[in-house]
Amino acid sequence: MNILFLLVALSFFMALLFLLGFFWAHKTGQHKDLYTPSLRILLEDEPLEND
Amino acid sequence: MYCFHCGEKCILEDYEFEDKNFCCLGCKTVYQILKDNNLGNYYHYNEFPGTSQNKPELRFHYLEEASIIRSLLDFQNDSYSLISFYIPQIHCSSCLWLLEKLNQINPNILYSRVDFLKKQVNIRFDHNSLSLRDLVELLAKIGYEPKIQLQDSLRKEDRGKDPLILKIAVAGFCFGNIMLLSFPEYFGLKSTEKAFHNFFGYLNLLLCLPIVFYSGWDYFRSSWNQVKTKSLQIDFPLALGILVLFLRSFIEIIWDKGSGFSDTLSGLVFFLLIGKFVQQKTYHHISFERDYRSFFPISVALFDGIKYKPIPLSALKIGDRILIRNQEIIPADSILIQGEAQIDFGFVTGETSLQEKKSGELIYAGGKQTGGAIELEVVKSVSQSYLTQLWNQDLFKKESHDLFRTFSAKISQYFTWVLLGIACLVFLFWAFQDISLAISAFTAVLIVACPCALALSTPFTMSSALRILDRNGFYLKNTQSVEQLAEVNTLVFDKTGTLTSEIHKSIQIEPDLSSEEKNWVSSLCANSIHPLSRRIWNHYGQHKPEKIVAYKEIEGLGVKAQIQGHSIKLGSSSFIELSDKTPSYLSQVHLEIDGYYRGFYGFKNEYREGLQALNSLKKDYPIYLLSGDRDHELPFLSSIFKPDREMYFDQSPMDKLAFIGNLQEESKQVLMIGDGLNDSGALKKADFGISVTDNIDNFTPGSDAILEGNSFKKLSQFLLFSKDCVHIIHYCFGLSLIYNIIGLSMAITGKLSPLMAAILMPLSTLTIISFTSLGTTYAGFKRKLL
Repeated sequence: MNILFLLVALSFFMALLFLLGFFWAHKTGQHKDLYTPSLRILLEDEPLEND
Repeated sequence: MYCFHCGEKCILEDYEFEDKNFCCLGCKTVYQILKDNNLGNYYHYNEFPGTSQNKPELRFHYLEEASIIRSLLDFQNDSYSLISFYIPQIHCSSCLWLLEKLNQINPNILYSRVDFLKKQVNIRFDHNSLSLRDLVELLAKIGYEPKIQLQDSLRKEDRGKDPLILKIAVAGFCFGNIMLLSFPEYFGLKSTEKAFHNFFGYLNLLLCLPIVFYSGWDYFRSSWNQVKTKSLQIDFPLALGILVLFLRSFIEIIWDKGSGFSDTLSGLVFFLLIGKFVQQKTYHHISFERDYRSFFPISVALFDGIKYKPIPLSALKIGDRILIRNQEIIPADSILIQGEAQIDFGFVTGETSLQEKKSGELIYAGGKQTGGAIELEVVKSVSQSYLTQLWNQDLFKKESHDLFRTFSAKISQYFTWVLLGIACLVFLFWAFQDISLAISAFTAVLIVACPCALALSTPFTMSSALRILDRNGFYLKNTQSVEQLAEVNTLVFDKTGTLTSEIHKSIQIEPDLSSEEKNWVSSLCANSIHPLSRRIWNHYGQHKPEKIVAYKEIEGLGVKAQIQGHSIKLGSSSFIELSDKTPSYLSQVHLEIDGYYRGFYGFKNEYREGLQALNSLKKDYPIYLLSGDRDHELPFLSSIFKPDREMYFDQSPMDKLAFIGNLQEESKQVLMIGDGLNDSGALKKADFGISVTDNIDNFTPGSDAILEGNSFKKLSQFLLFSKDCVHIIHYCFGLSLIYNIIGLSMAITGKLSPLMAAILMPLSTLTIISFTSLGTTYAGFKRKLL
């Protein structure tokens, strides 16, 4: 059961990495606009068929 | 036949290009520009993606003035500049696509990024090869004219980062981990597993440190301020709870006396911060703080002895000579030097009628010139002018509404003292028998009675109330406003623009014409974009358009043309050169055919839908009408307002302000509903101000709430709904008291187990959150707002 000490510590640091990731995302402004990217992804890069 | 660009009905067949029809030259030009730049895909994503370009030409000459450019740019270095524009036309994916492809039209635009909800585009451009003016003109040319206002330059400062999100993230991280580490404790650890018990305990304590000293620190700071000012608010018992939870966990874990309350502590702070977060409702680009500056032009053309050059409004001095062009607003009280002044004081008085001024006459700020350019000499500075001096009143300098006390603020005042009283009694009761039990019971009382549910009930109720209201076109300034609205007991209405609509005009009087003549007038009106021409054209319906020759439109005056050999003139009285003017409160358009005067069209603003519903409000609220107009409509309005006691005409902005003040001296809680700049004093003075607007992008004076014109009929529902919401908060308080009593009954015996606290706290929070959202939804249904 002593392996738990290691596992808990590992899980704690992994969670900490996610927290830092969130901080980074926030700092680089990724939460500023949560709507536009959902539209942007639907637009084509290539020209559409011309009529 | 519909315009390929904007989808409006094409009246004329003149604008054809590549087999496509356009309603106006503007739309056709946009199409051509996009085609030339291989941006035709714009039309593939949506049908009719454009907005009508059928509008007067715009001038951006002021964007060449260095001081104005500086105030608009976000950032500038040697090679590029950054700027963000607010573009109200952004509405579909085609807009997004096109605005992010500006680089294809002009390679000097290095980068452009759209924020769809804020209707904002951020642009990086090479200012050495492309001036700001050219950039704005390019945007205007493709149909996306940015809205540039003076207040934009002021608003930039509050774009700071939001530490609340980070505090929530930290609290959530700690809360999750602590819960995980506490589970073994809940299920019970064997004595052989003592090592785990200590390990988890220390880890929990470690995780509590950021909770207390980072996420929850604001509670300590604000309660310290409250102690200093001797007015204890809800933050004080919360901070006390956090402190006691932390100290007791610390002592229990370090001295190995128990497992501590880390789970309760982290949950408490996490939920409290969530409550704070939902309270911050921000509407993008709806501003409640607008004053005259956001409605006045950003610059004015100053005559410097040789030529006119644009200067920022703030640099305008008494004695300056300025030029005001058609459709521009006069920024300061001035004397007319030369030119034909036809001033529309619609924004100031609410009444749209043109006033003619002779040279040498004084013209008040806020009027809009229609017709040719005029030259003026400034006699008062911008901030000291007749209209703008309203803002110099003390009223506008201090936030009077800060004095409003919400229900939870009133309650928590007593709550704190009752809580401290109970805790001390419990301590004294046990102190003679067992001092350690006394301390344990004392702290348990402070923990369990921590008013978490009370603190959460207001933000959660109000934020869902705001969501329901904004779905109905009623935008409140903040969550506190709902409670303020519920307190109101007297209603005061403005007339023009509030009870009447600016966009729906009906024709009251029309000249007696043969059907052939009607067809001529209709064909003539089809060519003009003036709203009144459009109204006449609509009135006659679609006729077979006649061939028109020698068409001429003189801005602000009228239109004339030859149709089938007859000369037709339609316009203002001075355009027709009418000698005797029949005075009338109606806006008039006069008609002359072949030199004979044929009469006039009289327009009246229509009343909004739901006007009669005001009668039902009268049962519960005294209502008053304050109008800037004369009393032409008294007979009609007397079906709602009693002529002498409830209706007042010829009210200046100052009169309105004073009227509200008098009502307040009779200790009434006044709700003012107005629209224009002329109501802004009264709106600010009233306990609650609602400004009504037909277009949310238009100017609205500073107020507590903004109401869309077509939701005016729901006013009584909104008032009832706000009262329902306050009731919901009262019930929540009752619920949280029940939890507190259950908790207290355990706490005073000193037997509060950490597990019990850890269950009770989130349970009460969840009850409150679900009760408030269900309650407000039910109230919304009951009031037919959902």
